[in-house]
Amino acid sequence: MKDLANSVWINEDGYDVVVIGAGHAGCEAALAASRLGFRTIVFTVSVDSIALMPCNPNIGGSSKGHLVREVDALGGEMGKVIDRTFIQSKMLNKSKGPAVHSLRAQADKANYSRTMRMVLESQENLEIKQMEVTRILTEEGKVTGVQTFSGTVYPCRIVILCTGTYLRARCIYGEVSSNTGPNGLQAANYLTDSLREMGIEMYRFKTGTPARIDRNTVDFSKMEEQFGDDRVVPFSFTTDPEEVQIDQASCWLTYTNQKTHDIIRKNLDRSPLFSGMIEGTGPRYCPSIEDKVVKFADKERHQVFIEPEGLETNEMYIGGMSSSLPEDVQYAMYRTVPGLENVKIVRNAYAIEYDCIDARQLKPSLEFRNIEGLFSGGQFNGSSGYEEAAAQGLMAGINAARKLQGKDAVVLDRSEAYIGVLIDDLVTKESHEPYRMMTSRAEYRLLLRQDNADQRLTKIGYEIGLIPEERYQKLLRKEEWIESEIERMKRTNVGTSKRVQDLLERYGSTQLASGTSLAELIRRPELSYRSLKEIDEKRPEIPEELKEDVIDQVDIFIKYEGYISRQKRQVEQFRKLESKKIPGDIDYDSIKSLRIEAVQKLKEYRPVSVGQASRISGVSPADISVLLLYMGNGR
Amino acid sequence: MKGLYNDTIAAISTAMSDAGIGIVRMSGPKAYSIADKIYRGKKEKLLSEQKTHTIHYGYVVDGECVVDEVLVMLMRGPHSYTGEDTVEINCHGGVYVVKRILELLVDRGARPAEPGEFTKRAFLNGKIDLSQAEAVGDLISSKNQYALQSSVSQLKGNIRNKISEIRNEIIYHTAFIESALDDPEHISVDGYGDKLWKTVENLMSQIKRLIDTYDNGRIIKEGIRTVILGKPNVGKSSLLNALLGEDRAIVTEIAGTTRDILEEHINLRGISLNIMDTAGIRDTEDLVEKIGVDRAKIYADQADLILYVIDVSKPLDENDREIFQLITHKKAIILLNKTDLDAAVTEEDVKRFYFASDPSKNNSKAMDKFTIPLVLMSAKEKMGIDVLEETLKDLFFEGNLSFNDEIYITNVRHKAALQDACSALARVKESIESDMPEDFYSIDLLDAYEALGSITGEKTGEDLVNEIFSKFCMGK
Repeated sequence: MKDLANSVWINEDGYDVVVIGAGHAGCEAALAASRLGFRTIVFTVSVDSIALMPCNPNIGGSSKGHLVREVDALGGEMGKVIDRTFIQSKMLNKSKGPAVHSLRAQADKANYSRTMRMVLESQENLEIKQMEVTRILTEEGKVTGVQTFSGTVYPCRIVILCTGTYLRARCIYGEVSSNTGPNGLQAANYLTDSLREMGIEMYRFKTGTPARIDRNTVDFSKMEEQFGDDRVVPFSFTTDPEEVQIDQASCWLTYTNQKTHDIIRKNLDRSPLFSGMIEGTGPRYCPSIEDKVVKFADKERHQVFIEPEGLETNEMYIGGMSSSLPEDVQYAMYRTVPGLENVKIVRNAYAIEYDCIDARQLKPSLEFRNIEGLFSGGQFNGSSGYEEAAAQGLMAGINAARKLQGKDAVVLDRSEAYIGVLIDDLVTKESHEPYRMMTSRAEYRLLLRQDNADQRLTKIGYEIGLIPEERYQKLLRKEEWIESEIERMKRTNVGTSKRVQDLLERYGSTQLASGTSLAELIRRPELSYRSLKEIDEKRPEIPEELKEDVIDQVDIFIKYEGYISRQKRQVEQFRKLESKKIPGDIDYDSIKSLRIEAVQKLKEYRPVSVGQASRISGVSPADISVLLLYMGNGR
Repeated sequence: MKGLYNDTIAAISTAMSDAGIGIVRMSGPKAYSIADKIYRGKKEKLLSEQKTHTIHYGYVVDGECVVDEVLVMLMRGPHSYTGEDTVEINCHGGVYVVKRILELLVDRGARPAEPGEFTKRAFLNGKIDLSQAEAVGDLISSKNQYALQSSVSQLKGNIRNKISEIRNEIIYHTAFIESALDDPEHISVDGYGDKLWKTVENLMSQIKRLIDTYDNGRIIKEGIRTVILGKPNVGKSSLLNALLGEDRAIVTEIAGTTRDILEEHINLRGISLNIMDTAGIRDTEDLVEKIGVDRAKIYADQADLILYVIDVSKPLDENDREIFQLITHKKAIILLNKTDLDAAVTEEDVKRFYFASDPSKNNSKAMDKFTIPLVLMSAKEKMGIDVLEETLKDLFFEGNLSFNDEIYITNVRHKAALQDACSALARVKESIESDMPEDFYSIDLLDAYEALGSITGEKTGEDLVNEIFSKFCMGK
């Protein structure tokens, strides 16, 4: 690496924001900052790897679909790009409550990557540069620029780290290991040292991916075909639903069996996970097939999904069988699976290790507590998943811009968005594995539905400046309609006329003994706003572009009103503590009544609010009372 | 943490003794409306229609049943101690009545106050000066630690295990539903409702049994934890029998958790004692006896008060030295028993022996600092019992013997938590019956889990996520 003293070339242009990495976090961060008017440059080790999907070919999934919706509602890009590049789409959990409905699309990986790259290339104020950043430059604890592998210095005011899995990356299978990033891409080997010099604490995490196989060597007749939904729902609130009704590709379902498990068990000693070659523990939510076989030994078979990587390639992804076993074992085990008897592997499965940070060093704005102007997002923060990355990248980009604007950071709380849950968990809880979003992590999930992400967040996106006026006005109109129709349903009564009873009978619903409101009828599982049309005489004509959405919202609100209001009351309580901000210069040692353990934890985490403090393990409710008292915020 | 002053809290604000008057206090926005539900006055007017800062004579009623004759004091916020609407019910003292009234208030919508919560509210509402913040903080901190200690240590092992069992079952089912929601393509939860309904039904009846147990006073041992210590045959059991004499009121008789330790509930001049008679302490090779001795030591360690019985007819020895060590940091009364026999030990001997047992106590002026009350008695002749009672009363009223009110409050809190858990489970049943989707079940299941955790002092934290990963195979 070149030294600064060797009179390096200094890029005189000067940037407001430097984004390091152009994966899912980096793309959103760079787009947000440049769209908010700041001169931004995004560095990537390879321009061809912009918005790369090195693991599964999906966007969305349970609770991850929520994140994509929220990114979209705030003015991010992921939802729009997947709507243009998906090849199959499903709404998961459709038979469950609306809170857990979640979109999951199969992406055409190459197309996704290309399309996102085009968005970046077309963005005003945004430059793309293929170069490895090797050093962050600071003066007096403040970011001043970055230096690249070639020695060039780029002065800037903000740096956003979105290095994904590239920092000192190592890919491993069997006894083979190579110091490369995902897909054999070049790793970034210098930046870690620079970050350590700045006093940043690093972790080493591990994850893995299954093999990619040649479609021509798969016997689909032995598998169950998996189709997309008949009617596709787009991710983006801006996408016209008619545009996503395309011919969809299929996925295929098959299973492992005892033979597969025997081969794995016999070769466990050759797995780098078990031999100790990989030290990090793998994420519990996406265990390798060898993990599953060991941990759930009594399971006779595991599902395997064969998914296309795109329309213009024969490569397919083996969902459910990620592995780091040696190449010969991979062949042997995959070939025991029905339909894969003669399979040819295009890319081997592998595990990957990389450097990331303990995100407790970050403020909820995603800026480092001790280094002004340094932000970070994505897998670098110890998360996993494209969607988690995009969500953090967007927030880091927004808050970088807010800082340059001299405005307060935008911090979504746990009652506003899955994004809020994600970031709060990352910066508040200690984690020893890559963090994945899960619906069970959101305590107010009845309020955080994918269907109302726009109502929750688009106003915020508008105030930030990422949502155009027209989109905002449309949202306001939609909200007016929802509110007035809910009101009208509650006010409109129907009697026991024959027309009403006939309708009820048709839907297999109990006859009315006396008059009731339409809202009461909608609460019955077998009835809905739509089905009551003929007994709702004064039903107004809702504008076509809003109709579907408004009707869905009216149904959901009325049907689940009891639960929803209960959670709203809980949120009120929650917000009271969240809104009690702790001054940055608070001296915990001087608060005598706090227990020692609590003082230590509070000093370590430096929570921004009493609410955040209450979620730190080791801080008791009594400590929180004491803290409130000390802050003396009575009256 | 419990919400900031949106809810209404209630607590017993006088010492839990059989003193003449007991006061139950309630503060919060619903204080008046809750009071209306349990009060019946001479006139038709409701309490909520009365002027502030007035006192009313009437009855506390539970439905048609009169609980007590009371004076109720009304104070509208902000002109009250807490700054909120406050109702104080002055009733006839006695553990039973005050507890019953507190339970009624909780049943009608109040929440048992957290330790120090009235003071906290007063402070947060600006009724207490800022300079007092630290003192208030200390109060809350120490009260909470005491409450937690007593709440957990007072819980009998089998009750604790039962609650853990129920919690484990709840979290297992929640994790199953959640894993299916997170990974619907690998795990199916279809038709799970019927199975869960039966489980929930069963859990509810288990919790209801716990509530009944509570009502019988079997969950928590109430009163000052008093342990009788001494060497074998010094008259410990006679002391207990003397204390239990006909003129004493035995409130309850709790079967001892072990056969070798007898436990009695006694009321002495209005002070509740929970007395444990222990195996005599001596160095022994006999295994069964040794277990008894070890237990006695453990009980001594947890005691609020130790009654150390010495047989004055026999000289002090090594075993006494050990007992002195046990009582070093405890409130204790030394009873010189068998004064009807020839004395081999005098008060001075005891003091000298006490200081000799620990070199650190031994300095020239130390003899004057012997603060452990000494009482001469003959349990057999029932002599000196009245002096013991007097000594006990003095200790108590001088504040030297801190009375554990927290146990009573904790008791009510536990019951409220059990009831919360039960109603959360009832909501699960309701959701299943009305065909709600499975994701709604887990919301209420978790509420029940959390309520039960508040009894055993366990936070929910990452329990659910950990359970999901450890019990169910997620895909990818």
